[in-house]
Amino acid sequence: MGWLSLAIWVPIAFGIAVLLVGSDRSAGATRWTALAGSILGLAVCIPLWTGFEPTAAMQFTENAPWIARFNVNYHLGVDGISMPFILLNSFMTVLVVIAHWEVVTQKVGQYLAAFLVMSGLINGVFASLDAIVFYVFFEAMLIPMFLIIGVWGGPNRVYAAVKFFLYTLLGSLLMLAAFIYLYQQTNGSFEILDFQKVPLPMTAQVLIFLAMFMSFAVKVPMWPVHTWLPDAHVEAPTGGSVILAAITLKIGGYGFARFNLPIAPDASHALAGFMIALSLIAVVYIGLVALVQSDMKKLIAYSSISHMGFVTLGLFMFNGEGALGALLQMVSHGFVSAALFLCVGVLYDRVHSRNIADYGGVANTMPVFAAFFVLFAMANTGLPGTSGFVGEFTVVLGTLKVSWWYAFLAASTLIWGAAYTLWMVKRVIYGAVANDHVAKLQDVGRRELVFLVLLAVAVLAMGIYPKPLSDVMNPSIQELLRHVAAGKAT
Amino acid sequence: MTQATFSLATMAPAMPEIALVAMVSILLVADLFFKAHERYLTYVLSLVALVGTAVLCATTAGAGSIVTFQGMFVSDLLSQVLKVAMLLTVAATLVLSRSYLELRGLLTGEFLCLALFGALGMMVMISAHHFITLYLGLELMALSQYAMVALQRDSARATEAAMKYFVLGALSSGLLLYGMSMIYGGTGSLELSRVAQAIEGGGRNTLALFGLVFVVAGIAFKLGAAPFHMWIPDVYHGAATPATLIVGAAPKLAAFGFIMRLLATGLQGLLTDWQPMLVILTLASLAVGNIIAIAQANLKRMLAYSTIAHMGFVTLGILAGTETGYSAALFYVIVYALMTLGSFGMILLLSRAGFEAESLDDFRGLNQRSKWYAFVMLILMFSLAGIPPAAGFLAKLFVLQAAIDAGYTSLVVYAVLLSVVGAFYYLRIVRLMYMEEPVSEITLDPRAGTRWMLSITAIATLVLGLAPAPLVELCARAITASM
Repeated sequence: MGWLSLAIWVPIAFGIAVLLVGSDRSAGATRWTALAGSILGLAVCIPLWTGFEPTAAMQFTENAPWIARFNVNYHLGVDGISMPFILLNSFMTVLVVIAHWEVVTQKVGQYLAAFLVMSGLINGVFASLDAIVFYVFFEAMLIPMFLIIGVWGGPNRVYAAVKFFLYTLLGSLLMLAAFIYLYQQTNGSFEILDFQKVPLPMTAQVLIFLAMFMSFAVKVPMWPVHTWLPDAHVEAPTGGSVILAAITLKIGGYGFARFNLPIAPDASHALAGFMIALSLIAVVYIGLVALVQSDMKKLIAYSSISHMGFVTLGLFMFNGEGALGALLQMVSHGFVSAALFLCVGVLYDRVHSRNIADYGGVANTMPVFAAFFVLFAMANTGLPGTSGFVGEFTVVLGTLKVSWWYAFLAASTLIWGAAYTLWMVKRVIYGAVANDHVAKLQDVGRRELVFLVLLAVAVLAMGIYPKPLSDVMNPSIQELLRHVAAGKAT
Repeated sequence: MTQATFSLATMAPAMPEIALVAMVSILLVADLFFKAHERYLTYVLSLVALVGTAVLCATTAGAGSIVTFQGMFVSDLLSQVLKVAMLLTVAATLVLSRSYLELRGLLTGEFLCLALFGALGMMVMISAHHFITLYLGLELMALSQYAMVALQRDSARATEAAMKYFVLGALSSGLLLYGMSMIYGGTGSLELSRVAQAIEGGGRNTLALFGLVFVVAGIAFKLGAAPFHMWIPDVYHGAATPATLIVGAAPKLAAFGFIMRLLATGLQGLLTDWQPMLVILTLASLAVGNIIAIAQANLKRMLAYSTIAHMGFVTLGILAGTETGYSAALFYVIVYALMTLGSFGMILLLSRAGFEAESLDDFRGLNQRSKWYAFVMLILMFSLAGIPPAAGFLAKLFVLQAAIDAGYTSLVVYAVLLSVVGAFYYLRIVRLMYMEEPVSEITLDPRAGTRWMLSITAIATLVLGLAPAPLVELCARAITASM
């Protein structure tokens, strides 16, 4: 078994074990088992980073026949585009397990099992080189996520869970039809790399692009198919929001980079204007929508959509800066949005409210927490020195090469982002102590400190020295851009 | 190769059928001599008969396809696969239904013998190579099933269901027979391979074409494909749940065999004529099944509409008219039978004496009553909805692939869109089980047989989803052997 298989199956095996033996009576043992599983899951991902050759080739490949008759193979491998996300996902799973500790008290085993299984499935999504295997992981992921939102979520959780499920299912089934069509065109291969090579007429490319667009745009999410996200985020438990924002949204961006651009390069060029328009609408309009939110989680959810607009914008600039910025932005947003959701979780666990109006002057009673919260808020606005700056700045650079106006609109997010984030910080953290609840707040405990410090280190490290990450990504990005520029219309 | 003389050798391919007839006949008499407390013996012997026949089917393998009884009867890999799957499905049905039937005093020799005769009818259907054999098998199956639905005679709903089933069933048999007679008129033969030759050889055969329309209508009736689906919801709903399971699970396998013999063996020459008819059936079934299921509050009715939708997928595989399509459809019906066993098994599990757990609300909060059974139902529902890693996904994938192969891309997109509608109502069950509070606190304590059988269906659904290769190969080889 290679490292990639381990990265997929270790968390799933632990998840099943936790599901079978875990119960609320032995919650302690269940929690430690899950923590061990998630840490082991992260540990088996470390060789992926240390042993990674900075080339564009697929590495750590594994290939075994799965359904021989239809030439479906269990084919795994990673390049610079996918590898960082496997690490990010395994890292986040550890944080989520730590974060749930005293918070979730009901059906602990099932809760943790859902996250562990999900973590393995997401690693599978990033590691698959066979379209059907990819699809299996991609869809199977819906099941644990549906349960996480629907069982442990807020008051309106059932509505949110069903909406989340059906939106994503609709998109992905159309993509499945596209896969089968491509199987035809490649004379019986489900290899994603073969899909990328096969020449296709323009009409077919456009249809394939749109089918896959449906799937990934819902995941990103892009305006106007984003409406499931605020519902799902608000109703999901903290851990669910973290995984949704930090990881599953990235699958959308990854999908564009791995499927849409290389499989339908000419359609990508032709439809770039459309993609750019949707991205800019997300950046500007959703940024404004975030401004008026009164619910902290909703605000961060809209902020996520706005930030993910940068990802799609950068990818469809077809230049090195844009694409690199998009990928860096994805990683950075993974850290920052996760951190913000965890911060809101910390407050919610104490006060049981997500309303901005219920807070005020938290800095007086929780000084340590306030310091972290402000740091992550700054990262969210894209302050230099934090990870948020690296991604956004690079995307704006890439955009500027294409059009001054695109860059102008994209850069306006530095204003909107600062406006909604800082205004929230002002209302929640600063000012006089607003009410008795806030007066009674206890500062963060040791457990909470662990994940806040880990995330703060990640945000700052990536903000100050992103080179290791960009070195990993660059060769694959250059290869991708070469391929897309060459086109393949017949 | 038709053998003219009548000898033991000519009867060998029908060994399993002959064995089953012998065992049912013995059982029919033996049951009369069992005392009340020995009645379970009938049940045990029925299971032995079914499993024994399945073993016989699996082991009496002849090379290639053997036609015997003057071209009336065929034994090939396809018939073996379908018979084994069908017999095991019937056996599983009996295991799942035991508690339910006992509590209602229905676990009688009649019920069991009828189930066995039904199984015999299906075996004949699957192995038929002649219009008369086809019809004989079909009627033996159908008559047993009418009686089984009617067996709960103090229930007005069951009686009504049996009446509807009988009247509509007789009508469809009539259509089928009428169609067959026209094809006979057009081709001069009742034997399937001769019919096929006559069609291949001759030019445009208007009479046979006319017969084809009736035959397809009859098939659609038996399969439960819209717009010939009207009986399905009423019969599924009205019959006692074990009888529903008898009607709903194994006969789909037999109906598939029936279609393979009729359309693929006998009338493959008219492929381009029956393809558009199946397109209409597919279009209608997917829409009717998926959309009307949403409005159902009764689980049995909901599953009935879901059956219609699934039959739409089966016809989608068949209408491709290629070996890939047929084998995809075969894989689909086998997986479908498995999922049906599981989902109706769950209704049987939740039912108690004097209480039918068939409303959706009975599944409310199941996760808090039993984590395992909620999980079993979760797997089955996601499988029915076609979400990986359950087998239902691969079944759909293979069918869609065959259809795109045959050039029906827009039909595939249509099927895919309606699958999303379908996901909604399967999801509702999962939602009720996991996200609502239970209405009943009665702990579930099923018999070991039920417990194991349900667990097996769920685990088999998962295993087939994760390691489908052996069954896929088997299906493909079976179809190749029968063509």
